[in-house]
Amino acid sequence: MGRTAFIACIFLFLAVVACKKIMPGAPELGEIVAGPIAGLSSAQMNKHLLGDAAFARVYTPEDGLGPIFIQSSCEGCHIGDGKGHPINVVTRFGKPGPSGFDYMSGEGGAQLQPRAIDGFQGEILPGSHMFSTDRLPPLVTGLGFLAAIHDSTILNLTDSLDADGDGIKGRVNFIEPEPYTIFNPDVHLVNTQGKYIGRFGKKAKEITLQDQILFALLEDIGLTTVQEVEDLYNPQTGTLATDNVADPEIGSATVDNLLFYLRTLKAPTRRNETDPDVILGEALFEQIGCVKCHIPTITTASSDIEVLSEVVIHPYTDLLLHDMGNVLDDGFPEGGAKGSQWRTPPLWGLGLAAESQGGNMYLLHHGQASDINAVMSYHLGGEATSAATEYFELSPLEKEQVIGFLMSL
Amino acid sequence: MKCDIHIRLVLWLTLGIASVSMAQQDTGIVHDSLVANQQAIYNRPFIGLGATGISLGGYAEGNTNYFVEDGLTEGFSMEMRRVNLFVYSPIGKRLKYLMELEFEHGTEEIALETAQIDFKISKYLSFRSGIILPQIGIFNANHDSPVWDFVDRPLSSTMIIPSTLSEVGFGLFGNMRLGRGQVSYDFYLLNGLNAGIVLNDQGRTFIPSGKSLEMLEEDNNGLPMYNARVAWYKGGIGEVGLSYYGGVYNDFRLEGEEIAERNSISIIAIDYNTDFEKVDVKGEYVIANIEVEESLQPLYGTRQKGGFVEVDYNVLRGRIIGFDHANLFLMLRFEKVDMNVGDFKSPGIDLVDLTRYDHETSLSGGVAFRPNGRTVFKVNYRYHWIRDLVGNPAARMAGIQVGIATYF
Repeated sequence: MGRTAFIACIFLFLAVVACKKIMPGAPELGEIVAGPIAGLSSAQMNKHLLGDAAFARVYTPEDGLGPIFIQSSCEGCHIGDGKGHPINVVTRFGKPGPSGFDYMSGEGGAQLQPRAIDGFQGEILPGSHMFSTDRLPPLVTGLGFLAAIHDSTILNLTDSLDADGDGIKGRVNFIEPEPYTIFNPDVHLVNTQGKYIGRFGKKAKEITLQDQILFALLEDIGLTTVQEVEDLYNPQTGTLATDNVADPEIGSATVDNLLFYLRTLKAPTRRNETDPDVILGEALFEQIGCVKCHIPTITTASSDIEVLSEVVIHPYTDLLLHDMGNVLDDGFPEGGAKGSQWRTPPLWGLGLAAESQGGNMYLLHHGQASDINAVMSYHLGGEATSAATEYFELSPLEKEQVIGFLMSL
Repeated sequence: MKCDIHIRLVLWLTLGIASVSMAQQDTGIVHDSLVANQQAIYNRPFIGLGATGISLGGYAEGNTNYFVEDGLTEGFSMEMRRVNLFVYSPIGKRLKYLMELEFEHGTEEIALETAQIDFKISKYLSFRSGIILPQIGIFNANHDSPVWDFVDRPLSSTMIIPSTLSEVGFGLFGNMRLGRGQVSYDFYLLNGLNAGIVLNDQGRTFIPSGKSLEMLEEDNNGLPMYNARVAWYKGGIGEVGLSYYGGVYNDFRLEGEEIAERNSISIIAIDYNTDFEKVDVKGEYVIANIEVEESLQPLYGTRQKGGFVEVDYNVLRGRIIGFDHANLFLMLRFEKVDMNVGDFKSPGIDLVDLTRYDHETSLSGGVAFRPNGRTVFKVNYRYHWIRDLVGNPAARMAGIQVGIATYF
């Protein structure tokens, strides 16, 4: 073989290996949490991608990060849009006061920002605190669907007086809106005290997704916005010691893109749903009463984003507060939610938790439960006692089937 | 005040050298040693401009990119990575000047990468000042694209060692015979990297983010960094080098007031480059220790390590497709960087013994055709496995690159 032919063969070989077969393929749809809802228009997809970039952007001190903060990007806590890792727990603290709960704002409360940019000092938990609570960052996919559920749908699921006598007392967390809260007449109702139903956050403290975003930008990253123009500072080291970047540190377009991004992230895709054991597990999940709070099916209201409008979804939540008993009582009230009351977390995406948590599972609000059995143990003592007790009375095979079902979500 | 002393010292030495250069006319090369890495900066083709004694040279580099990450691709694109111009002047007896102006991605970035004066003090020692390339690892001072057979630079040389790093500074260098081989030595004082090493737009400790344009104007904290390298070279075998770069990097001082603890960085690298008949093996291993404010850990790592091994095999030599002195190489490179070495330790949740990841591993192969001593055509295939800080399943990325680099 001549030299020229030899060289030609090498380049031909390289051309062959350049084919798609040696390029990494896309994961199966159900293997990853992140991704847009199918059916977005090209313009909507463009805005989604702008929001995706804003979500992934890492902020520096020059961009307005801090001066005190928890993380430097949204993605840093919500890795791959999935459930957060314990290295990113958020700590809140406070103590009972003479006129209600004291969120200790004069000492850096209610949320701890332990990190700081150069020249500043992060906060430390003040010695006088009575309660501190750790919160793991939640999965952020499917939030657009939850935002599109009408308040009346949530109200219809309430049973605050336990009229049916099943021991489950779902109630809404009525929240006083922020001055900038934007209401959606297709979704929101107002009560006689001018309060609205909270639905986002571990204790349903936030009424709208935008409120949640604005809170996280300020309290987690230290970024001021048009709505929240006052920068954070560490009162433990000096009042009004803020950074040197003009406020607002990010513009309304960025907030808008972030909001659109979170609204248009797909709901987690189910896996193995036709597996006979998964089907049996689903039936057992219903039989032992878990579905009284983890409502499998809800229909959204009409929405300005077509793919969110009047859609049947399977979030496995009622978005209501439930008393989970002393074991889960963190002593930290939010709005009308007491220390032991928690919003039913959506279970969709539960089976993908380990995919964003480094291969392990850190479940419940604080990440202290490493598997479903541990989660069920935490359910003993409150409104879920009956369901959890029945779970532990199942045979080992039946428990496996329930777990198999939950892992398929 | 210490800062002032350093600046005055540099000025005094530079002006002193300049005055010497006006008086002497030796156009010889300061060092004609074969010690590879130290002399790489002069081991380039130049064109003389007759009576002026000034020589011009440079290199250009362009390539195509097609990458896919987890099934998603931005498609095919082309880039003109660099056009670099060299100006060399043997100013006078025992003095020479070298300048390199770099245009990256067209005119997106224009930088004076090198502007150094070398003054030969003795046979074994020379003085260098100006904008210089610190001697860290195998790549920083020997990074010209026509020298390398892969399109992309090694991960350890770009993600841990911040190549190409050029800095204002001064120092001493030289070499001497030692047995049948040679030993080279370099020692420099430099302005150094800045606080961008942490709290940067990468969201992790990233030493290259400590570079800034201002570092050519003044030091960010008034304390210089140090760079040193010792290497042993023997013809027919190759070169082994040990290098260090380090010092205080953060802005601990503002308007004379100390506002933060002093945080230091140290980078230690071992590099090697064989000089065999048909096979060239080169690589480096680097460890970086970075002091990071405690509350920023472990998101911002305090230790990084990485390295690469590259094997270039000369499969054909001689007349190839009409070129009389052509060479054809097959190459393979394996590389890995760990950007956050250690375990997680967090109160409240038992995270002990959970490894921090933030790894990137890459395997590359390719063909390089060198029709002459100045030009190389490259076809590369790369595959990367990337794991994030908490160790989530690796993102997979692969790509094909076709490139050309040539001195002119």
